[in-house]
Amino acid sequence: MSFKDEFDQYEWDAVKESIYSKTAADVERAFHASKRTLEDFKALVSPAASAYLEPMANLSRELTRKRFGNTIQMYVPLYLANECTNICTYCGFSLDNKVLRRTLTSKEILREVEVIKGMGYDHVLLVTGEANQTVHTEYFKKVLELIRPHFAQVSMEVQPLDQHEYEELIPLGLHSVLIYQETYHREDYRKHHPKGKKSNFNYRLETPDRLGRAGIHKMGLGVLIGLEDWRTDSFFTALHLNYLERTYWQTRYSLSFPRLRPFSGGLEPKVEMTDRELVQLICAYRIMNGEVEISLSTRESEKFRDHCIQLGVTSISAGSKTNPGGYAVAPESLEQFEISDERSPADIADMIRKSGYEPVWKDWDNVLV
Amino acid sequence: MLTIADKHFSSRLFTGTGKFSSALLMEEALLASGSELVTVALRRVDMHDSKDTLLSRLQHSHIHLLPNTSGVRTAKEAVFAAQLAREALETNWLKLEIHPDPKYLMPDPIETLKATEELAKLGFVILPYIHADPVLCKRLEEAGASAVMPLGSPIGSNKGLKTIDFLEIIIEQSKVPVIVDAGIGAPSDAAKAMEIGADAVLVNTAIAVAGNPVAMAEAFKLAVIAGRMAFEAKLGTQGNLAVASSPLTAFLDEL
Repeated sequence: MSFKDEFDQYEWDAVKESIYSKTAADVERAFHASKRTLEDFKALVSPAASAYLEPMANLSRELTRKRFGNTIQMYVPLYLANECTNICTYCGFSLDNKVLRRTLTSKEILREVEVIKGMGYDHVLLVTGEANQTVHTEYFKKVLELIRPHFAQVSMEVQPLDQHEYEELIPLGLHSVLIYQETYHREDYRKHHPKGKKSNFNYRLETPDRLGRAGIHKMGLGVLIGLEDWRTDSFFTALHLNYLERTYWQTRYSLSFPRLRPFSGGLEPKVEMTDRELVQLICAYRIMNGEVEISLSTRESEKFRDHCIQLGVTSISAGSKTNPGGYAVAPESLEQFEISDERSPADIADMIRKSGYEPVWKDWDNVLV
Repeated sequence: MLTIADKHFSSRLFTGTGKFSSALLMEEALLASGSELVTVALRRVDMHDSKDTLLSRLQHSHIHLLPNTSGVRTAKEAVFAAQLAREALETNWLKLEIHPDPKYLMPDPIETLKATEELAKLGFVILPYIHADPVLCKRLEEAGASAVMPLGSPIGSNKGLKTIDFLEIIIEQSKVPVIVDAGIGAPSDAAKAMEIGADAVLVNTAIAVAGNPVAMAEAFKLAVIAGRMAFEAKLGTQGNLAVASSPLTAFLDEL
């Protein structure tokens, strides 16, 4: 039994049609429900809800403050490697892209860690491509042992692993794993992932199940926005979240909605999502689920982020580099994607405080397993 | 005067430190609340840093720290975290929180009882956070808890005393102080808890997320005082026993 059994009962086109046929009355019902269902979520992401953006933002802000208070969590990515054996049409590290490949050594990682610590961070997100010959569980074990003393919280966004591999990494301090499905549209997924282990849709789809069985503290879900109809993809994300919360009830969940960003020679988004629509999506998730964490990366612009931290977002990054060695070892190397908000962590922390929130750098402890 | 283990408290309002928009505002609100027992999540503080911003704002002679184990999922993890907290924060007081469910943060009764037994042997002053379960409260008392902290409603929900019927039983039966924790959304909820005989309340979200946390802290302080006074003054019984005529018993006069 896995999410696939539930997922297979849904048909993309039928879900899409159901979302697009939601009415104002459905939106209002969703607003007034005390416990909201996936049908309510469909209404909240539907075109019909776009007329309710201000009240949605109000409700989302209230619900977020109730749960998370006046705080915003701070994290930063640490790219360990850009070696990759996958072809992904939208990614700067895709196998067919001519970039210098690098996997950081222990010594190099410590140089990067020093810079990141200097910026004030205590929560780091480790990122790699997928190169199972060199960047594998043994490598991750070494990295976790190396960096654990330096951070209160370690998250990972790497290739999907087997359950037993997660079981080996968690006791070494792996707190959280982000695993984005990219799109829940099978055919479109195949188109964008023509080569490499990542082309296995089902293996990726069942990764959260493997993580849940391994007993991970937190996992992050999401789709890459720009590949397929975002409303439908978001419904499937919500369905996935709903299934996971019921099944792996001891795990916390976070969501993120990366919008496709330009990189040299990259893919143009097939589906555009406006800023208004992204706000609608953030609020829709929050209104459906008061407890899920929502993060917003430096892909988004300064002004957009300044406002979004008050609308439902609970964690953000700042000062991010998306190339291995980007902080100290090789700052000039090519990035996975261009970031949009280039302000320093200190500037972002100031902005957060001026908005009436406290930036939280530490919300876990490396003594807690 | 409230006594828990070896400490005496003139304030019956306990507070938390999370969710404030700044450490300074937290300090001002806590001072306005008059609270003498303030809970701190281990996960939020840097135990190796004597200049930790949160902790440095709590250094007032009338404020006692109550480290909590938020984040642990089992008794074993709780015992480990408690020992670290005792060493780092130099107190053997502990708010024992074990909620393996990170969505609604519901406390695990089985693990909490196990951890209480274990920690009592290690000399901790244990205040366990639990569901409003009267039998569990008695079991914890027997296991060595110094107080019990049943919830009023789900944590952070501001829904007030949804568990009031069970709280009343717990208060009636308990030999250790009863502190109503979680769900208290308004000063009137706190006053109500005190009126029914709770020994203290713990409030965090309702103060931290208020429009004006400092004023709200004072409002809670006054509500707790008022509620306690009402309890001690003995409330009149509710309902109206007087009826103008006696349709059911008037016949007795005619016999």
